[in-house]
Amino acid sequence: MADPSAAAVAHHGPDVTKRDFLKLVTGASAAIGTAAAAWTFIDYMNPSRDVLALSSVEVELTPIVAGQGITVLWQGKPIFVRHRTDKEIKEAEDVKLSELIEPQADSARVKPGHDQWIVLIGICTHLGCVPLGNRPTDPRGEWGGWFCPCHGSQYDTSGRVRHGPAPLNLFLPPYAFESDTKIKIG
Amino acid sequence: MAGLNKSEFTNPVVNWIDTRLPIFTMMQTEYGTFPTPRNFNYFWNFGALAMVTMMIMIATGIFLAMNYQPNAELAFGSIQHIMRDVNYGWLLRYVHQNGASMFFIVTYIHIFRGMYYGSYKSPRELLWMIGVVILLIMMATAFMGYVLPWGQMSYWGATVITNLFSAFPIVGQPIVTWLWGGFSVDNATLNRFFSLHYLLPFVLVGVVFLHIAALHVVGSNNPLGIDVKSPQDTVPFHPYYTVKDSVGLCVFFIVYAVLVFFAPNFLGDANNFIPANPLQTPADIVPEWYFLPYYAILRSVPNKLLGVCMMFGSILILFVLPWLDTSRVRSARFRPIYRQIIWVWVVAVIALGVCGAHKPEGIWVVISRVATLYYFLHFLVILPILGKLERPLPLPESISRPVIGGGGPMPSGATAKPMEKA
Repeated sequence: MADPSAAAVAHHGPDVTKRDFLKLVTGASAAIGTAAAAWTFIDYMNPSRDVLALSSVEVELTPIVAGQGITVLWQGKPIFVRHRTDKEIKEAEDVKLSELIEPQADSARVKPGHDQWIVLIGICTHLGCVPLGNRPTDPRGEWGGWFCPCHGSQYDTSGRVRHGPAPLNLFLPPYAFESDTKIKIG
Repeated sequence: MAGLNKSEFTNPVVNWIDTRLPIFTMMQTEYGTFPTPRNFNYFWNFGALAMVTMMIMIATGIFLAMNYQPNAELAFGSIQHIMRDVNYGWLLRYVHQNGASMFFIVTYIHIFRGMYYGSYKSPRELLWMIGVVILLIMMATAFMGYVLPWGQMSYWGATVITNLFSAFPIVGQPIVTWLWGGFSVDNATLNRFFSLHYLLPFVLVGVVFLHIAALHVVGSNNPLGIDVKSPQDTVPFHPYYTVKDSVGLCVFFIVYAVLVFFAPNFLGDANNFIPANPLQTPADIVPEWYFLPYYAILRSVPNKLLGVCMMFGSILILFVLPWLDTSRVRSARFRPIYRQIIWVWVVAVIALGVCGAHKPEGIWVVISRVATLYYFLHFLVILPILGKLERPLPLPESISRPVIGGGGPMPSGATAKPMEKA
């Protein structure tokens, strides 16, 4: 049994006892231990290293002729890479920002010096469908970009939303030009 | 008809639930104020430890299944994927793998506790028999789990164990084919083993619930093996045994952690790092350590069918142990002869385990035969006769007044009135 004087030292007030302290320390240790163990279970469900290793893809641009786009898979998502014609670039650059649902200049959506290439995450910002429009034979909507078959959202040649219900422009993936004819996404 | 439960909890939310579904009252009655013999020693930790291990096994198993592929082509690789690529996959897998060993260690000690202190005797026979069912489910689950990594030892262990059933005349071979779902251990076998390995732990949970329910009807045995006679003989389960179990749990976790972090493959077999090959049997086939004694019994008998029967019989015999032991004194403390021969039995079991790990040649055959013989002799001959011949020591009057071992009445500080906060 505890020394009574030691118990007296542990008193900090009429209601705090050594036992309260022991309970607190025990409970805290158990809680920290449980939390640490729980973290391993939570992190277990995060992307594994082999999935992370597939987080970048390289795309050769030479085969894509002007006016056409291709779709590549990056992190399980469709990525649109489209070679724009001069007319399409001009349309994208000339539009007034005030007409846009989410105003953004075309220059902010392409890499400098490579404005014939637009690279987009091909997922409609409405509910996640893949819009049509990469092939010239696809419906491209009134603004010549992409047309979402699910709920009729329309995007222009810069991937900006021009007609709802989608609220936002198509997202841009992180990418960089490795050379004039090759990009690396991710 | 049913009425609302009169809840004594003051927290309004708890009270509201408890009035309609008295789970809080139940926890309070069964784990809070539950009157428990005051004289437990640390052997009484092992039920709780087994319970904790079971929950760890289920939790880690569910997560491992998220990345495991029960397919003969992919299984081995998917384990490597878990070990190398999945975040903390190595940890969860080693915790699961060594958890099987820890589960058997604590369960075997738990069973030994029951045998040493006569916990299987009236009125706890059914409690004991449910426990034997738990052991059988554990063994089936462990065996099928060991097959899943689809290494050489997995594959050949599965082949050998399923072939045990071929020993039975006429129906034997059709049973084996049925178990395999083919003409050898193959993809179909792996698939069904995975399905059952996932299912059986939940069956286990149900049977463990019955085990605990039965325990809470008849009450716990104790090291003196005498009945609780008055409230002076008991203490409330909480905080006395929640704390005592926690102390044991800390030691248990230390041992477990040493295995997982410093010797994760100490109890494993190197052959299981080789992918299953149906054309090549490894030179030494040995089961996991917790099956070695049964394996030794199997090999000690020259006749195939008899060997299989004795191996299964060595566990099934536990079902009738309450009736084979004719002594009415529970605790070995008061049985001067039994408290010695129980250790001879333990030595026989350990000897069988050692024999199981060696090739059945020379001296190991002799030892395993002698030990097998003694194993059955203990249950079938010694226990029934010993109960008639042995003169037990005088039993103490009550748990709170031990008369043996020079103990007088317990110090007054330890009487049943729970100590209030100082």
